[in-house]
Amino acid sequence: MREKGTLRLSIDSARCQGHNRCCALAPELFDADELGFAHVKGSGLVPAALEEKALLATRNCPEYAVRAKRE
Amino acid sequence: MAQRPPVSDWSTDFDHTDRRWIENPFVIWDDLRQHCPVAQTERFGGVYLPTRYSDVRAIAYDTNNFSSRRPVIRENPPTVGLPSPPITSDPPHHKPARMLLLPAFTPQAIARLVPRTQRICNELIDAIVGAPTCDAATAYTQHIPVRVIAYMLGIPEEEGDRFRRWIHVFLEDTIVDDDNTAADRLLATAAEMDDFFRPYAQARRADPGDDLISFLVQARHEGQPLTERHLFGALRLILIAGIDTTWSAIGASLWHLANTPADRARLVADPGLIPTAVEEFLRAYAPVTMARQVVNDIEVGGCPMKAGRLVLLPFPAANRDPAVFRDADKVLIDRQDNRHAAFGLGIHRCIGSNLARLEITVALEEWLKRIPEFRLDEKRAVSWSRGPVRGPRSLPFVLGA
Repeated sequence: MREKGTLRLSIDSARCQGHNRCCALAPELFDADELGFAHVKGSGLVPAALEEKALLATRNCPEYAVRAKRE
Repeated sequence: MAQRPPVSDWSTDFDHTDRRWIENPFVIWDDLRQHCPVAQTERFGGVYLPTRYSDVRAIAYDTNNFSSRRPVIRENPPTVGLPSPPITSDPPHHKPARMLLLPAFTPQAIARLVPRTQRICNELIDAIVGAPTCDAATAYTQHIPVRVIAYMLGIPEEEGDRFRRWIHVFLEDTIVDDDNTAADRLLATAAEMDDFFRPYAQARRADPGDDLISFLVQARHEGQPLTERHLFGALRLILIAGIDTTWSAIGASLWHLANTPADRARLVADPGLIPTAVEEFLRAYAPVTMARQVVNDIEVGGCPMKAGRLVLLPFPAANRDPAVFRDADKVLIDRQDNRHAAFGLGIHRCIGSNLARLEITVALEEWLKRIPEFRLDEKRAVSWSRGPVRGPRSLPFVLGA
């Protein structure tokens, strides 16, 4: 059963070291800047169809920099 | 110190150049993690060895108490330093040295190398396919990163043998010192590398191209062009850190597939799974163990550490910690949650990680397409490298069904 609320992604830029796991796993949701550090695309709100990918990205960040919160 | 005595106790007298560690460090680390999670030794001037993910991570993050000035542990290090910024740099010098290299290694910059890497792999496979046996380490895996790096630097790919010789001196030969020549040989090799790069640097200053040497001679560090010492240090880093590491990761992945027919068949049938499998091979067979030097007396994982002593940071041991990874000792090529630390953690994250991932993925894709059937040749031995980078240096395969 789907949980209530929309998932919002954020990246703790103090933690991100540019491993780029999030960009590789969910290119629809993340992008890398000109130095290779990641940021979320747009508002960070995750369409329902991409929730699984968003959570996969959070669970593969070696620096625990990708956060997902329900709003 | 001609002879190193055999290890009496891995928790108090470990030796990372011991034959047993080279053959299979995992059983040593697993045992220590359960009974003595931070081991130590008086060898190599005094070294600590954390084996839990949490301790490895804490040390990697604590750049105030742990310096990167000696990232490779040597029995007799030279008295003059060989800085290779940013890997040998600490804050505050680390960040500007790293920032200037980062643009050359972003996912976008590295993605442009896919066609060239595919071509390199296929040219190597052309010379292997059809034979009944091969040594995949010397015929395939060792050439891929050398040629890709040479291409990036704008240096003829035929210089690869020279690169491998230098790297062997740096990472394997001179980490122990049986005849008191290691420091001299290391410095002579560094000087040889500088002499090799000097004419390239001069030529690219006069007539820059779109290669990495041109990029570096045009780069600005705190507003100024790089000093020759910084430039050659960075080039030494790119060569040394970018070749044996990826060679080892590709080799260990092929070694696993040669040993595990079910995984091999699954990736042949479903190449879309290769990127996921690559992450698992990186977790399970992470090639790189770096070092730190303790700056201030401190305690980690219940173990007091004295200033001036060294710490081995075995990212491959952290990657096998069952507190963080379910079925940590099993290689599961479809593992979804894989927060592994193969490329390090914190500010020294491997700057070439996007490049390494690309090379490993392409190397496996192209090999499996054209050589789907292979296994270890039981009549010949697999040999593993010694030192901070672990991978197979011979991979005798029987090819075909």
